Amino acid sequence: MCLAIPTRVIEVHNEFEAIVELAGVRKLVSIALVENVQVGDFVILHVGHALTKLDPDEARKTLELMAEAGLAVDPATA
Amino acid sequence: MKFVDEFRDGALAQGIARAIHAEAKPHRRYAFMEFCGGHTHAIARYGIPDLLPTNVRMIHGPGCPVCVLPIGRIDLAIHLAIKRGVILCTYGDTLRVPASDGLSLLRAKARGGDIRMIYSPEDALRIARDNPGREVVLFAIGFETTTPPTAVALMNAEREDLGNFSVLCCHVLTPAAIAHILDSPEVRNLGLVALDGFIGPAHVSTIIGSQPYEFFAEEYRKPVVIAGFEPLDVMQAILMLVRQVNACRFSVENEFTRAVTREGNRRAQALVVECFELRKHFEWRGLGEVSYSALKIRERFARFDAEARFDLAYQPAPDHKACACGAILRGVKQPIDCTLFGTVCTPDTPMGSCMVSSEGACAAHYTYGRHRSTA
Repeated sequence: MCLAIPTRVIEVHNEFEAIVELAGVRKLVSIALVENVQVGDFVILHVGHALTKLDPDEARKTLELMAEAGLAVDPATA
Repeated sequence: MKFVDEFRDGALAQGIARAIHAEAKPHRRYAFMEFCGGHTHAIARYGIPDLLPTNVRMIHGPGCPVCVLPIGRIDLAIHLAIKRGVILCTYGDTLRVPASDGLSLLRAKARGGDIRMIYSPEDALRIARDNPGREVVLFAIGFETTTPPTAVALMNAEREDLGNFSVLCCHVLTPAAIAHILDSPEVRNLGLVALDGFIGPAHVSTIIGSQPYEFFAEEYRKPVVIAGFEPLDVMQAILMLVRQVNACRFSVENEFTRAVTREGNRRAQALVVECFELRKHFEWRGLGEVSYSALKIRERFARFDAEARFDLAYQPAPDHKACACGAILRGVKQPIDCTLFGTVCTPDTPMGSCMVSSEGACAAHYTYGRHRSTA
């Protein structure tokens, strides 16, 4: 039910509406819940509404932490 | 898909699994509850239990809004569609949930009820605009993730003076359910459910932030790690929980920093406060009556409140006698402990709510896990 997917904003019509794209599918969605949405932003989409923007720097840092966790252990001994 | 594929990387998952194996102490047991159905689904779909040491166990929580919706609320929706002749708009998840008298919304539709599956609350508004001579009711269920979109619909209905639109509000609150589980006799006194920490919600937390969970960490001394719904997010959260338990720490940590802040989405929170207030009591399937655990529509929007508009009175209704959904939702039983599981109760013919939504513990286990655990 809380299913929501990351989509890319490709057009901002006004502070309430934008067009997002995911895997070639474009859709008119509401951005009423998120401030300052810009073209190129990634937003989490749920029941036709953007809930929040995704932060690419934080995503990169999380992936680095995940890689680090695995590197700290020698596969041969684990 | 960006922000999805990279969080499903198998090599990274193996690395985190190695770290969990290395850091989980062999002499102790770790039991973590994933609150959300989204996590339950990811754990089953990606076979995460196979990557964990045997002493690290995941317990499914009640965070699937379809699963915790009591029969009495679905009966109200069916009543509106069949007896009151409204166009009932609902998310697809609720259509197959068993209700009283052998009905479900889908069967009520087959009997002539005008029940329409929608994707967004905006669809319900459009149906109301297109059918000015009909009453249109949005059957609004869901946790904090789904509540702000309903609030936007109420504001739009008010702005447009959309007189034939109303909302049957069944929105529920995550922190109240977590507190209820922690206060339950099974966890507190009987020791039936050992709980060493929680994986906190992903999308709920984008709205409410990480701050509301700080109470549980402090008051109940349980670590909470907020995690995204991708498999690597879940693996990393389990590693973070193991580390907290090993260090005897109990704080709120955020693995899902790409989308969740401590404060959450203030704009969405303000809209929700404007439209809704707390209900004194609300019945949850499996948990029973939980105080201050759900929302109702404020007086200002009373004319858009289906309960007031149609003078609806809630009548509790019992679950199927043999159904173990209640115990499963409290973490006391697992799907395979239920005598109905996989025999009379399957995703095609669900008897209990946990078999309906793909996020339900029973449906997730039936779809992805049942052959593994019987092997």
